[in-house]
Amino acid sequence: MKIFNFHLMPYRHADLDAIEKHGTSWVTYSNSDYDPQKGAELYHEYLDQMEFADRLGFDGVCLNEHHQTAYGMMPIPGVLAGALARSVKKAKLAILGRALPLLNNPLVVAEEYAMLDNLTRGRFIAGFVRGIGAEYHAIGVNPAQSQERFAEAHDMIIQAWTKPGPTQFVGKHYHFNYVNTWPRPYQTPHPPIWIPSQGSASTIRWAAQMKYTYAQTLAPIAVVAKFFQLYRDEAEKAGYTASPDQLAWSNTIYIAETDAKAMREAKPHMEALANKFLKMPTEMLLPPGYSNIDSIKRIRAAKVTGKPQTIEDLVRAGVIMIGSPNTVREKLAEYQDLAGFNTSLTKTQFGTLPDDMTRANMEAVAQEILPHFRNRLPQGQKQAAAE
Amino acid sequence: MRNLRAKSPMVLASASQKRLEYIPMETPTPTKISVRGCNIGLMRAGTGRPLLLLHGAGGASVWLPYMADLATRHDVLVPEHPGFGASDTPDWLDNIPDLANFYLDFMDQLDLNGVDLVGHSLGGWVAAELAVRNTRRLASLTLVCAAGINVKGVPKVDTFLSNDEQRVRDMFHDQARADEMVRQAQRPELEDLHLKNRTITAKLIWQPRGYDPNLQKWLHRIDVPTHVIWGANDRLYPKDYAYAYQKLIPGSSVTVIPDCGHIPQIEQQQAFVAALEGFLEKRKVAA
Repeated sequence: MKIFNFHLMPYRHADLDAIEKHGTSWVTYSNSDYDPQKGAELYHEYLDQMEFADRLGFDGVCLNEHHQTAYGMMPIPGVLAGALARSVKKAKLAILGRALPLLNNPLVVAEEYAMLDNLTRGRFIAGFVRGIGAEYHAIGVNPAQSQERFAEAHDMIIQAWTKPGPTQFVGKHYHFNYVNTWPRPYQTPHPPIWIPSQGSASTIRWAAQMKYTYAQTLAPIAVVAKFFQLYRDEAEKAGYTASPDQLAWSNTIYIAETDAKAMREAKPHMEALANKFLKMPTEMLLPPGYSNIDSIKRIRAAKVTGKPQTIEDLVRAGVIMIGSPNTVREKLAEYQDLAGFNTSLTKTQFGTLPDDMTRANMEAVAQEILPHFRNRLPQGQKQAAAE
Repeated sequence: MRNLRAKSPMVLASASQKRLEYIPMETPTPTKISVRGCNIGLMRAGTGRPLLLLHGAGGASVWLPYMADLATRHDVLVPEHPGFGASDTPDWLDNIPDLANFYLDFMDQLDLNGVDLVGHSLGGWVAAELAVRNTRRLASLTLVCAAGINVKGVPKVDTFLSNDEQRVRDMFHDQARADEMVRQAQRPELEDLHLKNRTITAKLIWQPRGYDPNLQKWLHRIDVPTHVIWGANDRLYPKDYAYAYQKLIPGSSVTVIPDCGHIPQIEQQQAFVAALEGFLEKRKVAA
């Protein structure tokens, strides 16, 4: 298994009571709560953690993209990827953004990603997302155009990377007389493409057909297993057998000497993430047109945005792994076998977890987890050998 | 074309205004009409000159008391926009100008002449876009709490961040009235209809939110008598919008209805009908 250090870069000094009172840390939560002195320190703290992950032997580091929220300080992940492109020496560098539909000129992503691929001499992983619903409130782009803008921007970027320029691109939303990006990507034909998603069936089908790595965001492991099976089924329908390397699961690990100690230490920080930073009203999460009407009804019925969650709930559901080294090893192996993934996108910092605890956790993961999983493949499933 | 049924119990039951009880009510059966391959719902009743009502974001799936009232004096046509309710959602539908052009086709197909065009909210925006393009078939234009333009510095409610209940409440000045409307709107059998209407509304008005900066450049071209009717307490498009429209459309007049939110035809039905009929009457005298 490949284990990446995935960072959300929360503004961990946010006023949690104010967020609670306001109802969300997204879009309408005032940025007057952002203190640039503290924020600047956080950027360096988090970037240092990413460089530390590289030295500890994590297989990669992951950035993502969210807008106008205390949940994450990475509206433009390329800035941070640029900062890490030279200091992270061995690990892969993945951006699990960019939210293509939010851009009026996605040609800049073809350029930005090609630059990063060159800078890292081919260690770059290119993520494409639609962005969550809140992004459409934050940036103003029409959510009802999200799917078609995503599809069009994707096609244009692939054209930029694979067809010798200049070429022309004529779509409904995007129009370019000259698609001719300098530089070209370092990797051939282009960097690996990863598609993070909350589990939309159409996205899973499309990723499988395109042979793109599918990355499942925050979800209980039983649900993850179902989505990954759907991906494998879709791959079979498309005429090939998916490798477990094409499946990545986004999770959280926190390790201490004992289960009880780990739970106790992680609890306030994890629950700040689940119940404060992540919280938003349904209307913000699901603007009309962002998903088709059936999925909106399903999500509204599940009332996913309402319930407060305890760390115990999250552990029990297999959303996160918290405990002694042994417990976490057992859980990760069990989940790998259950869901059949071979990439773990692991948050070692979460919510309000401070730097010293994060670094201790990263060291524990590096010592107690990484070596045990380096050559481990999902067991008990019919899967093509990795690599 | 007419499918009329005798007295509508719904209309009588909700007609608290004395005057209405003496009006013969007709409830048209919704029919379908195909305009260049796009099937839309249409309710039509009454006799007189054609009065074309273009609905707002909530759709038009029910024949309302004010429509019945108008149908005693006019040939009232209430189409359901493409993308809304029982109507088709055609591939070509991307923006409000698409709907404006569609209704030019619609009037051509039905060969409507001397039309009194009335548009509410999103439908007011459609009506204004239509009138900017071509007034050949119009006798007059009435904009009711119409979207379509932007007045800088006037705060508007963001209906896309409101929950289902708040969204209904923001439409009304009288919150007791809103209570009743909230109860009606929350019927589960309406969920599909609401979601369909919300989805197409987002597609049509999300960005820029509820206006097109190009529209106000051309409103001076509207060359039919125009009346602007507004709720004094409209929170979606506050009444400054009424005066802004008045300034932009030559010779237009404004009626602001007191104690009234975003839907005057429901919240202040009598005052709304009086304002509309008063304007139409004056126009006839002038002609």
